[in-house]
Amino acid sequence: MNLPAVRAIYRFEMARTFRTLTQSIVSPVLSTSLYFIVFGTAIGSRMGEIGGTSYGAFIIPGLIMLSLLNESISNASFGIYLPKWSGTIYELLSAPVSPLEAVLGYVGAASTKSVMLGLLILLTARFFVPYSILHPFWMVAFLLLTAVTFSSFGFIIGLWADDFQKLQVIPLMVVTPLTFLGGAFYSIGMLPPFWQKVALFNPVVYLISGFRWSFYGQSDVNVVLSAGMTVAFLLVCAVAIAWIFRTGYKLRS
Amino acid sequence: MTEQATPTPHAVSVRGISKTYKGGFQALKSIDLDIRRGEIFALLGPNGAGKTTLISIICGIVKPSAGTVSADGHDVLRDYRLTRAKIGLVPQELSTDAFETVWAAVRFSRGLFGRARDDRHIEKVLRDLSLWEKKDAKIMTLSGGMKRRVLIAKALAHEPSILFLDEPTAGVDVELRHDMWEMVRRLRATGVTVILTTHYIEEAEEMADRVGVITRGELILVEDKRALMRKLGKKQLSISLKSPIQALPQGLDEYALELADDGATITYTFDAQGEDTGIAVLLRKLGDRGVDFKDLHTLESSLEDIFVSLVRGTR
Ligand SMILES: Nc1ncnc2c1ncn2[C@@H]1O[C@H](COP(=O)(O)OP(=O)(O)O)[C@@H](O)[C@H]1O
Ligand SMILES: [Mg+2]
Repeated sequence: MNLPAVRAIYRFEMARTFRTLTQSIVSPVLSTSLYFIVFGTAIGSRMGEIGGTSYGAFIIPGLIMLSLLNESISNASFGIYLPKWSGTIYELLSAPVSPLEAVLGYVGAASTKSVMLGLLILLTARFFVPYSILHPFWMVAFLLLTAVTFSSFGFIIGLWADDFQKLQVIPLMVVTPLTFLGGAFYSIGMLPPFWQKVALFNPVVYLISGFRWSFYGQSDVNVVLSAGMTVAFLLVCAVAIAWIFRTGYKLRS
Repeated sequence: MTEQATPTPHAVSVRGISKTYKGGFQALKSIDLDIRRGEIFALLGPNGAGKTTLISIICGIVKPSAGTVSADGHDVLRDYRLTRAKIGLVPQELSTDAFETVWAAVRFSRGLFGRARDDRHIEKVLRDLSLWEKKDAKIMTLSGGMKRRVLIAKALAHEPSILFLDEPTAGVDVELRHDMWEMVRRLRATGVTVILTTHYIEEAEEMADRVGVITRGELILVEDKRALMRKLGKKQLSISLKSPIQALPQGLDEYALELADDGATITYTFDAQGEDTGIAVLLRKLGDRGVDFKDLHTLESSLEDIFVSLVRGTR
């Protein structure tokens, strides 16, 4: 195991984060605060409770997941896309670094950053609405698992993309709609029966549902299923990354 | 594992390496090449000859279509951890990070290649490359020449024993070029094998122990530099005449003679390898025909002349 390399990549990526502190931390926190003000406080005050939870508190897990997904993907995809674009990838390709080590460095840093962000949003939410966390251990576990899974997914996008547009098309066209439709702002049970069935094909539903369960003990789908789906997606990503490195796909001509 | 049994394997050993890029273009055609330990080897060839492709295959950036490469006796694909830790690469393109400081970038490289932190070594590398004053500068604020130095520092950060320099002096100023040659000599003195590609013949002539000439994906020649110049070098004798003549005298057709436009100099080209240069007889014959000379001197052809004639020969 080339641990110095994992450390070097991790540090390099974290340094990039802190260099662009406004963009990478402040702006997601700001935009989430806006969501709380608009949905939680303004609109939420006119909404009833959902399963015994006030609307403002109900949307917290969903909002955190929204940021977590977006940030994990954009961080990890950008982290590996940037050296491809600038040409500095030659160094990684010529270094005694295995795919696993590269992934640990890049995905590790992207996950760290989005977990930090998720916790920061959780703190921010305190200023707007009171909430409780029923299962703190599972809350952190879901946070970590989701961060790692979607950072891996972002890493794949970054490897695959060969221009900036491709880099943004999946987060924008696929992930954002899936998160908005994934029950961040409502319970799946509020949908008509047909759309409830359709929603079960949306992987984000499982993430948000499981995460919300760790807060309030109530979920749209069984929490074991939620965790299982997330792990399954992580495995799919891991296999895809292994395949990309083994074939040199889009990395080595 | 038989290679490992031999006491000192070559620094780099290339066997039957071919590369066909995805579009179907064949950039390398079955290259065989051995780089000796501790030598400075210059890979010389025009643009598009395949120099970068060959280096990239050895360093693990490009996949070969056929053939094998070993470094220090280890296969570069199977034992990539071993071989890559020994190899440093300064790429042709000025690909650097923008926002990193020089220090952070060089430190990153050392870690990436698996070495424990060693600030003293990095300081030495930066000082040797006149980068020490710039260690806290962001790379994007540096000039092109300084960026090139940063790339060299990054390549040396993990103390490689085999260093590849891909067109190190393309587009750099004279000062940096001389610094670089100086650095290469210093490295060689510490036992580092240096492989550089160039299309500046001057560079190969100045630096290399051996020269390989590559053109259109084929290695057409590998030779000790001095032997090459001796073998292929033509010599010329320049004869300055006492008084100008209108035309070359009759009866000297067997000699390759040329008369300068002003009629005051005759140039005689002869093979440096030849047993008998024929100079004595030629001078006597000229004297017999009433052509007197006031001065003589010989010129040796440079590696450049040799190179041009070689590459032309394959067209
Ligand atoms: N990634 C690539 N895909 C297709 N062709 C390539 C690629 N890289 C290089 N080539 C072609 O291979 C040939 C050799 O290129 P290169 O090795 O860069 O030559 P040199 O370094 O000697 O100038 C050139 O004709 C170049 O266009
Ligand atoms: Mg080149």
